[in-house]
Amino acid sequence: MPKMNLTHLEASILFAVCCSIVLGLVTKRTDRERIRYALYCFGCFIATLFGLGWLMYFGHR
Amino acid sequence: MSQKDKATPAVWLPIVGIAWLIPGGGHFMLQRRTRGLILFFTVLTAFLAGLLTRGSMFSPQTGDLFTTLIYCGGFIGDLASGIFYLFTVWMGYDQPDMPGHVHDYGTKLLVAAGLMNILAIVDAYEIATGKKQ
Repeated sequence: MPKMNLTHLEASILFAVCCSIVLGLVTKRTDRERIRYALYCFGCFIATLFGLGWLMYFGHR
Repeated sequence: MSQKDKATPAVWLPIVGIAWLIPGGGHFMLQRRTRGLILFFTVLTAFLAGLLTRGSMFSPQTGDLFTTLIYCGGFIGDLASGIFYLFTVWMGYDQPDMPGHVHDYGTKLLVAAGLMNILAIVDAYEIATGKKQ
């Protein structure tokens, strides 16, 4: 079986993409709302990812 | 079919069963084919990424509360991927638990795939019982 290496950032973005798609699909009623909510969730995941990353960077200085 | 008829287990149980076994299968049975396909490929992507990064499958273990929560919860998360989990275990592709951050990301992605499928199962149940379109 082939092996894949993911960095923390790649794994987090992959998780954010998959999770946002599923959350958008199962929580909203129209396609437009689903796309908007999936993009919103993805934005929140990425903002949290970079926010916590910088927080840890400054916390360790 | 009235709302009360739809709420019987005979209606929703097969759909929930298929939704567990094949991610997105419940939506497919309920004529939500596009959503079913998107759910299938999303769960598959997370699961394959977990498998290819050599993530390990949890097996239920008991002990102190923390161990029980992690191992039993992880096992339920893995099992929720349905046929992906079953094929992986049957064909011997499940990896032993190895130290290393990449394997750790894989283990979490495998559980996340199962948790995403749980969301899809709940959605299929709600559509089957008429609580949602």
